Amino acid sequence: MEAEITLDVDGERHRITADTRTTVLDALRDHLGITSAKKGCDHGQCGACTVLADGRRVTTCLSLAVASQDVHFTTAQGLARDGGHPVQQAFLDHDAFQCGYCTPGQVCSAVGVLDEFGRGWPSAVTPDVRAEPELDDEEIRERMSGNLCRCGAYTGIVAAIGEVGGNR
Amino acid sequence: MNPFDYRRAEDADSAVAAVAGRPAAAFLGGGTNLVDHMKLGIANPELLVDVTRLPLGGVEPLEDGGVRVGAGVRNSDLAADPLIRERYPVLSQALLSGASGQLRNLATTGGNLLQRTRCVYFQDVTTPCNKREPGSGCSAIGGWNRYHAVLGASDQCVAVHPSDMAVALCALDAVVRVQGPGGHRGIPLVDFHRLPGEEPDRDTVLEHGELITSIDLPELPMAARSKYRKVRDRASYAFALVSVAAALDVAGGRVREARIAFGGLAHKPWRATRAEEALRGEPATARAFGAAADAELADARPLPGNGFKVPMARSALVSTLTELAGEDA
Ligand SMILES: Cc1cc2nc3c(=O)[nH]c(=O)nc-3n(C[C@H](O)[C@H](O)[C@H](O)COP(=O)(O)OP(=O)(O)OC[C@H]3O[C@@H](n4cnc5c(N)ncnc54)[C@H](O)[C@@H]3O)c2cc1C
Ligand code: SF4
Ligand code: FES
Ligand code: FES
Repeated sequence: MEAEITLDVDGERHRITADTRTTVLDALRDHLGITSAKKGCDHGQCGACTVLADGRRVTTCLSLAVASQDVHFTTAQGLARDGGHPVQQAFLDHDAFQCGYCTPGQVCSAVGVLDEFGRGWPSAVTPDVRAEPELDDEEIRERMSGNLCRCGAYTGIVAAIGEVGGNR
Repeated sequence: MNPFDYRRAEDADSAVAAVAGRPAAAFLGGGTNLVDHMKLGIANPELLVDVTRLPLGGVEPLEDGGVRVGAGVRNSDLAADPLIRERYPVLSQALLSGASGQLRNLATTGGNLLQRTRCVYFQDVTTPCNKREPGSGCSAIGGWNRYHAVLGASDQCVAVHPSDMAVALCALDAVVRVQGPGGHRGIPLVDFHRLPGEEPDRDTVLEHGELITSIDLPELPMAARSKYRKVRDRASYAFALVSVAAALDVAGGRVREARIAFGGLAHKPWRATRAEEALRGEPATARAFGAAADAELADARPLPGNGFKVPMARSALVSTLTELAGEDA
C-alpha cells in the first residue's frame, strides 16, 4: 500500500510516495539516490546500513520509512559536507578501509560511539557499569562490533576512533 | 513481504482497540525483530500499529522503592540509565551484552520481551516447525540442535528464548504491566513466558491485543551486588549459548539469599529456584555454588547436539557467584 512519506536527510526534507514496506535503507538508496548507506545483509546483522537518527547510530534495514517521519537522519554523505567530519579524516589518516563497502556504516557508527562515550555510557566490557568507561582499544572494539567487514580493516578503524576520541 | 497498512497510534486505548479488533494486526516497536520476520515470511501482519510515539518512555523511581521502565524505552537508554546502573547492574549488563549499539538504539523493552526464538528452523520457512506452523513437526529434534533447550522442553519444540534482558528481569522479580481490551493487569515476569508444552506457537501468556505499557522492578537492595554472564561462540554480537543473571546477599561468609536465572537453557528465562534454595544459609564457597548448580540442573535432558550446555551452565553459575561473593557489598 502506498503512503506519502516525508523524510529528513542531511538537512533536507524529501517527500516521497512509497509502499509501506519500504525500509529507510531502501528509501535512501532507491528513492533519494543517497547511496552511502550500504545494503549488506538486510537483516540487522552487519552494520553496513548504519546512519545517525537524531544523532544516534541505527541500522536502517529493519526500520520502516513510514515509521521514521520526523526523524532527522545524517548519512556518511552528510557528514562529508563542509570538509568532512574529523572521524572521516582520521579514517583517511589511518588507512581504515579496504574495498570501502563498509566504510560509510563504520564512519557513522564511530561518530555514534564517540557520542556515547561522551555521555558516559558503559558497554559490555566496562569493568563496572556504575563507573565512567575509558576509551581504550577493548572498549572501541566492543562498541564497533555491530559493524562486520570481510576485508577486515579493523586495526586502522580502532586507531582512527582512538585518535579522534583523544586516546593517543 | 506482504502488503500492510500502517497507523501511528495516538494513545494507548486506540492502539489496543486497533490491534484487538483485527486478528492480523500487530504492534510495531523498534521493528528489529518484527520487520525481520516480515522479510523472512514468518510474520504477515495486515496492519501495523506503531506504538513508539505513545507516552511509554521513561525510567521512573516508584514510591514503593521500585523502578518503572516504560515499554517504549530503548534498550540503550535503559542500559545507560543511572538508576538502573546503580541499583540493578545485572540488568544493565544483560542489555549491553545483547545485539549491537545500533540495534539497542532502536529496540524497545516491550519488543525485546516479545522477540521470538532464533531457532534456525523457525526462521527458515522451507522447514517444518511447530512454533511457526503448528502440527508441521520440529526440525530441531533430530536435526541441528546446538543452541536448543536442555530444560523444560517438550516433544513439540526444543527452542530457547533469546532475550538477555528478560533473564535479568526474571532474576529481579520484575512485573510486566499490560493494557488489554478488558483493562489492565500485571504479570510476574517468571510467569510471562511459557514452556512449549502442546502449544509451542504461544511464547507468552499475552492475549492478542494486549499492549505492554511498562516493566516494574521491585525494590531489591541485594541487586546492587549482581552480575550477568553470557557465554557465546564469539566474543561479542552473538546470542547466548548459556547465560546467568545472579544477585547474591552474603553475611559472615554465608549466603543469606540468592537470585538466579539462566538464559539459553529453556523456552523461557529459567528462574533457578532450586539452586536459590540450596544456597540459603550455606557458606559462600565454590563447593556450595557447584552443589546448587547440580540441584538445578538435575532434570536437564540434553539433545544430541547440546550436552555441553549442562557443564557450561554449571561453570557459568559457579564463576558468577564466586565473583559476586568476592565483591564488597
Ligand atoms: C542481528 C541481531 C542480533 C541480536 N542479538 C541479540 C542478543 O544478543 N540478545 C538479545 O536479547 N537480543 C538480540 N537481538 C534482538 C533484539 O534485542 C530484538 O530484536 C529487540 O529487542 C526487539 O525490540 P523491538 O522494539 O525492535 O521489537 P519489534 O520488532 O518492534 O517487536 C517485536 C514483537 O513485540 C511486539 N511489540 C512491540 N512492542 C510492544 C508492546 N509495547 N506491547 C505489545 N507488543 C509489542 C511486536 O508486535 C512484535 O511481535 C538481536 C537482533 C538482531 C537483529
Ligand atoms: S525447536 Fe521449536 S522453533 Fe525450532 S524447529 Fe522445533 S518447533 Fe520450531
Ligand atoms: S544491511 Fe542493515 S545491518 Fe546489514
Ligand atoms: S571494506 Fe571491504 S568488505 Fe568491508
